[in-house]
Amino acid sequence: MTMGWIKTTFHKAGSPRWFFAGSRRWVIGLYVVGALLIVAGSTWGLGFVPPERLQGNSVRILFIHAPAAHLAEAIYVAIAIAGFVFLVWRMKMADMLIQAAAPIGLVVTVVALATGIIWGIPTWGTGWVWDARTVSTLLLAFLFFGLVALREAIGRPDRASRAVALLALVGVVNIPIIKYSVDWFATLHQPPSIEIGKKPAIAAVFLWPLAINVLGFYCFVAGVVIAALRARIVEREAGAQWVRDWVMKS
Amino acid sequence: MGAGLGDEIMNELFAMGGHGIYVWSAYALSLAALVGLGVWPLASLRATMRRFKDSTTRPGPDK
Repeated sequence: MTMGWIKTTFHKAGSPRWFFAGSRRWVIGLYVVGALLIVAGSTWGLGFVPPERLQGNSVRILFIHAPAAHLAEAIYVAIAIAGFVFLVWRMKMADMLIQAAAPIGLVVTVVALATGIIWGIPTWGTGWVWDARTVSTLLLAFLFFGLVALREAIGRPDRASRAVALLALVGVVNIPIIKYSVDWFATLHQPPSIEIGKKPAIAAVFLWPLAINVLGFYCFVAGVVIAALRARIVEREAGAQWVRDWVMKS
Repeated sequence: MGAGLGDEIMNELFAMGGHGIYVWSAYALSLAALVGLGVWPLASLRATMRRFKDSTTRPGPDK
């Protein structure tokens, strides 16, 4: 029964029309919940947490830097899965998801890099070091940019979709490199603050604002990705009758 | 005028012992990026819809 449900959902999600009809309330809901969580987590992190023993007040940057960095990787993994789905089943929605999410992933990665650089100045004494974590995250930004640029560069849309999906899939090797870079190599970057199944490496007072902001970033940007996917659907399905009907009605 | 408790709290919040500039610029940058991300797909959908409406309501050559 569960398998049947998964299969039905998979097929429905493959239908741009079905997705478009049901996704508007998801965008609104995720925007509202995400924004509230980010406001709550950031207020907590900025005003109600003591300065850290070694890093002082600069530790507050953690509450946006870590969620952004984590989210950037998650967006890439989602894109890589979509790439696989597109290459195997030729699902048009998977291709549209890659197209919608790649520029969003780029912006989130730039936020992670920029906040990292700002944080580095007072804590490392330098904004940038060429180590495994920073370089692999920079590569992630280039990958997102590459997904956008490659599609633009290839004239034929069907060929562009396949090339982009392949790049998306191959680029996923970078994700474990980012994740384990702080364990495998001697880096200036600090080890993870929270890991699934492990005791948090940071004091409990810092944990709450961090967890709230991680959840908030995920919710809000999930809403953004869905909204972007909706915009892509209307653009690419412009010829379909249901799109024309919908545009006329609204 | 001596610094009151309110001033002290405000000073603590903005200056953050010299780290204020880094903390607040990082938050401002992230806020700008998130707001931009939130608005962009909605504006893009709206623009596409307007284009359609214009092209379908404008009398074509065969009408």
